[in-house]
Amino acid sequence: MFLPFFYELRRRGLKVGAQEALALAGALHAGLHDSSLDGFYHVARALLVHSETQLDPFDQAFLAHFQGVETAGLELTQEILSWLEEARERPQLSPEEMALLEALDPEEIRRLYEERLREQQERHDGGNRWIGTGGTSPFGNNGFNRAGMRVGGKTGGRQGMALMQAGARAYAGYRDDLVLDTRQLAVALRKLRAFAREGVAEELDVDESIAATARNAGELEVVTRPPRRPNTRVVLAMDVGGSMDPYAAVMSRLFSVASQATHFKELRIYYFHNCVYGKLYATPQLTGGMTVPELTAQVGRHHKLVMVGDASMAPYELAIRTDAEGRYKSDGLEGLTWLMQLAQHFERNVWLNPEPMGSWRSGSIATIARVFPMFALTVEGLGEAVNHLTRGRTAKGSAARR
Amino acid sequence: MTSAPPPVRFKGTATYLTHEGLQAAVNCALTLQRPLLVKGEPGTGKTLLAEAIAEALGLKLLTWHVKSTTRAQDGLYVYDTVQRLYDSRFGDGDVRDIRRYIRLGPLGEAFSSPERVVLLIDEVDKADLEFPNDLLHELDRMRFRITETNDEVSAKHRPVVVITSNNEKELPDAFLRRCVFHFIDFPDTELMRRIVDVHHPGLDTALAEQALKVFYELRGFARLRKRPSTSELIDWITVLKAQGIHDLKLEEQLPFLGALLKKEQDLVSVAEAFGRGRKSRA
Repeated sequence: MFLPFFYELRRRGLKVGAQEALALAGALHAGLHDSSLDGFYHVARALLVHSETQLDPFDQAFLAHFQGVETAGLELTQEILSWLEEARERPQLSPEEMALLEALDPEEIRRLYEERLREQQERHDGGNRWIGTGGTSPFGNNGFNRAGMRVGGKTGGRQGMALMQAGARAYAGYRDDLVLDTRQLAVALRKLRAFAREGVAEELDVDESIAATARNAGELEVVTRPPRRPNTRVVLAMDVGGSMDPYAAVMSRLFSVASQATHFKELRIYYFHNCVYGKLYATPQLTGGMTVPELTAQVGRHHKLVMVGDASMAPYELAIRTDAEGRYKSDGLEGLTWLMQLAQHFERNVWLNPEPMGSWRSGSIATIARVFPMFALTVEGLGEAVNHLTRGRTAKGSAARR
Repeated sequence: MTSAPPPVRFKGTATYLTHEGLQAAVNCALTLQRPLLVKGEPGTGKTLLAEAIAEALGLKLLTWHVKSTTRAQDGLYVYDTVQRLYDSRFGDGDVRDIRRYIRLGPLGEAFSSPERVVLLIDEVDKADLEFPNDLLHELDRMRFRITETNDEVSAKHRPVVVITSNNEKELPDAFLRRCVFHFIDFPDTELMRRIVDVHHPGLDTALAEQALKVFYELRGFARLRKRPSTSELIDWITVLKAQGIHDLKLEEQLPFLGALLKKEQDLVSVAEAFGRGRKSRA
């Protein structure tokens, strides 16, 4: 009976499968839904939804599928709700108009409503016939018809009803379809970690203790060793602003994953705009931070450098000469030279590029790809980049690699 | 392996108010004997839910607080090698019996318990990324093997497992599939009024109304970094009561705002917006 509903859910991106179907069948068999649509809504939601981001698509699917199961008056379509949400204020009405509006009786109104609902195809505000906002039609929100039907907006007294609840779409804020899953990103970054035993010996080495005790003819000899600690140090530099704006979402996701990562011994995050001109900044607003010579003096060659940016700029921008503070100087170093300095200092480095790979063959991207091994900023590309970072030395000036 | 599920339905307790969505989720978990995964804003009573279930069903509650260093193995059992080495040296007891040095973790205890228990796995997202995956088999089959002794610990009665998550890390799909999920909404004014009533019976109605008004107004204030939640409201009212305060006005200085707002920037921005620059007494 509920299988078509399952396909409706799958169509909306909820990956429900046989396991969920069996669970729901079991729950219904046990009578958990109390033979009501309302109960079914709650039971199905508990079993089919696995994350709050799926609550909104679930509500929509439920609304679409079970519409018309209860009374016709609840036939609130998605579109009508959204028209009504932006309810408009309507100017004062004349007494004649008010009198006219009060003339309709409830039965008549319901019949007309259903009729109009079938006819109406588009949003409508103002006017006296269609369902919309701020009008004198008997149907809609913020209108002036006293005997009219209120459609959408705040409802009183019927909140327990499943369709109303689904129609309220209270979980719209939790949606995030565009997700390049942060978990996937986190799993990819995890491969970067490496462990080393150093520091105070405070962990019991069982095998060594047994061996030592045996050698000692049964006299207890406890051997300790330092605990395993993460030993990866990472420098992450991200391009911000300008041409990177379309990628802001994926960048912030990468940033949140990176900053939550606990498996790095050290993680430094810097920002730059377009190209590195002598200085890497501590904030996305390009303040603070340190110059490239300062960074290379502070940070060893074994740090892993991850540059993130679209590498797309006008050719002259690669050739702007600046000093280490980022000020224009005719005898300074070119942008590209600053990049090369970074690439040469760090033995392992990569450039992650959110631009589609098809556009990498020409322009400034191709130039930068000759300096840094370039990978796509996707889960797959990140995995490859991490492999590359852990694999050993980067040959100097190696060519672009996928 | 499992006993027939008791026909009891969870309806909340005297001090833990629920609504139908949450009840349905709990009852699904009870009937289908699957773990219940609870998410929601901090302070909406995720952890208290397990206590309420235990109380309502009259079962014992076992708690496993997950930390960033917790491994799945810790929940099953720990083999106390140090004690055994020590005993072998100083000769206390029979060191040949490894069983004496196996200590069961919370999950192991829940499985081996002679009666049905409620097991709370609190803040599962605090642990390592792989932690939930490592528990899949054990939660599914409700049994595990102690490798040192080759003993099998298997649940006589499947425990009621409640898992809470604060969403710090995303959980793997395979894990999610096996759970009944519920997202605890923030209570609306009506439910909140009942919650306040349960925790502070006989509270002056005027004060309760004012406190609720202030509370929802603060929550609606967009510039807050951390919005106050249920538990903070309850605390705040406790303080107000203890200090004998009867009158609250948002426009004026709010007493003990520190109980509601936990970030300094929030206190400052609220003081600026409502108190016209006066710093509130926190």
